[in-house]
Amino acid sequence: MNDRQTLGSARQTTDAAASDSTTAPAGTAASARRPLWLALGGTALVVLLALLPLLAIDIPGVLPGPTYTPGTLQLLAYAMLIAALALSYRMMFGLAGLLSFGHALFFAAGAYGLGMALDAFAPVEWPSELIFLVSIIVTLVAGLVLGATVGALALRVTGIAFAMVTLAFAQAGSVLIRRNPGGATGGDEGLALDITNVPDALVGVMNTRNLYWVALGVLVLVYLVVLWVEKSRAGHVAEATRENELRVRVLGIRPYRLQLLIFIVASVLAAVAGMGYVLLQSGATPRIATVDFTLNLLVIVVLGGVGYRWGAIVGGIVYTLLDQRLTALAGSDAIAALPDVLRIPLSEPLFILGTLFILVVLFLPGGIAGIPQRMRTGRKQHPAEAEETADA
Amino acid sequence: MSTVVLLVITGLGLGALYFLVASGLSLIYGLMGVLNLAHGSFLTISAFLGWEVGRRVSDGTWLGLAVSALVGIAVGAIVAALTEYLLIRRLYERHIEQALVTVGLSLASVALFEGIWGTDPIYTEKPDWLGQTTVILGAKIPNDRFLLIACALLVLGGIVLFLRRTRYGLIIRAGVENRSMVTALGIDVRRSFTLVFAIGGAAAGLGGVLSSVYYGYVSAHLGSTLLIFAFIVTVIGGLGSLTGAAIASVLVAVLQQFANFYLGGTGDLVVVIALAAVLLVRPRGLLGKVA
Repeated sequence: MNDRQTLGSARQTTDAAASDSTTAPAGTAASARRPLWLALGGTALVVLLALLPLLAIDIPGVLPGPTYTPGTLQLLAYAMLIAALALSYRMMFGLAGLLSFGHALFFAAGAYGLGMALDAFAPVEWPSELIFLVSIIVTLVAGLVLGATVGALALRVTGIAFAMVTLAFAQAGSVLIRRNPGGATGGDEGLALDITNVPDALVGVMNTRNLYWVALGVLVLVYLVVLWVEKSRAGHVAEATRENELRVRVLGIRPYRLQLLIFIVASVLAAVAGMGYVLLQSGATPRIATVDFTLNLLVIVVLGGVGYRWGAIVGGIVYTLLDQRLTALAGSDAIAALPDVLRIPLSEPLFILGTLFILVVLFLPGGIAGIPQRMRTGRKQHPAEAEETADA
Repeated sequence: MSTVVLLVITGLGLGALYFLVASGLSLIYGLMGVLNLAHGSFLTISAFLGWEVGRRVSDGTWLGLAVSALVGIAVGAIVAALTEYLLIRRLYERHIEQALVTVGLSLASVALFEGIWGTDPIYTEKPDWLGQTTVILGAKIPNDRFLLIACALLVLGGIVLFLRRTRYGLIIRAGVENRSMVTALGIDVRRSFTLVFAIGGAAAGLGGVLSSVYYGYVSAHLGSTLLIFAFIVTVIGGLGSLTGAAIASVLVAVLQQFANFYLGGTGDLVVVIALAAVLLVRPRGLLGKVA
């Protein structure tokens, strides 16, 4: 009851802040129209993406082939799943300010969970659609329980210690997967998807475009959930806690439960992306449970722009395409002909991406999504930094 | 009995490696609040360069090993100081960005090492004595454990003496305690940042050469594996506490060895559980100061 009261007061403060900003009449009209335009633009983009498998758009150098070919669709679907995962990670890191080193654990839980559930249910004599559905539900519940357990423990500490606890849990998960208990995870070899109960429409190279639509669906779903959480009162409080936890506590709100909620939602969304992954790749490898995988997510989110929701999407897609194209470039003759000093760094995609990432952190704090804003305002400084100095 | 002795001494040897990495991490975090995820790369580059130089001078002898160790220490110190000077210094007081830069550095450097030295481990030669065993209380102990323990003790003693007996050590200790006060006294505490990075890098460099002795190979992923355990050690010991790091290294490594032997190879899991337990009971670690 106490919490409800305090939540109400938090809303009042945000309402008051909102009415402050609407005192300028020109601003009201523009801000009322903007969400509509954004929603329309977003829908148009989703429709365009949904139509891609039926079109023959060829972007040489960016895509490996025309958009209707399975190879390109596979790459794009993978990029969208990574984008969805990055979006869920941004909700924790960017919105709630929780720097987790263990997000890969939940992605792996989704991928391995679905794979293992399908394996476990394979001998059961149910219709295969039902088994597929039950496996998905079991995986979701497992992801929820895992997220709630890890989150409840990890959120008892803050800051760097939080990062370390999540790291430790992810490491434990990674070790478990590699150790292959009872032959369930396939160890270092990885887990191959048992397709007996997977709907035929989602199996095989010819059906890649169905998987592409599934991936697009996952991305849209994750985006909508993230948007909903971010606009909810819980989202506002989480955001306020990131900026100034003491002030939130003084208002009488205990941030723990809301942060836990965000943690759980992000974990389940990661598990959803993981389920898409295991269907798309017809299997899972232990690589997706490692700490390095989470670090890549961090790179993606920062590269795209922490302050922007679509930054995570842009980051995920740009990163995946860059990674794929740089790998292709590394094998090309032009690189092989270079002297060693140039050839070795250029043939390592992660070296280029890592360097790019350092440069973005040093010189482009808003990430890719922040570029338009920087060009518009012409500000050399990070917007957040300016606020900090004003606060002090 | 002999098994217990073997496990304890092997644990101490592994703990020595953890300490060499964790000491630098802990000092850097304590003084500057920087979570240095590139610390493993300092270790790896030192191990590789130490090995490259050592084997050219004299492969598989004590002289070669000594040269490797010296090169490793020098490389670790230089690389760490350069990292601080070129990357970290630009982002003072922005801890998340500092951690992000070190993430980028570690990703890029591991990829670069893979490009130069390949993805497979390269097996190294070591002096004959280190490959033999000594019998203590009925347990056959591989001799390289003694070298590791001796080196770690030397480093611990050296850093403690430096912190206690020198003027720079005084400034660093004061800076860990209360940085703004040191600055207010007119001391440029930033100069000691580079120094702390160099010391941590040197310890990690020595750790790199020694870990190539312990594991018998060098590989691009040497650092990342040790770094995760060093993080766990640092957090259990208390961020910023050197003694805490030393105690925690021994505890973690011995616990890991025992769990590996008696609980069917579950050492890594037990360590993680220990970390979770410590953080829940005592979030600031064994000897950490109150946040």
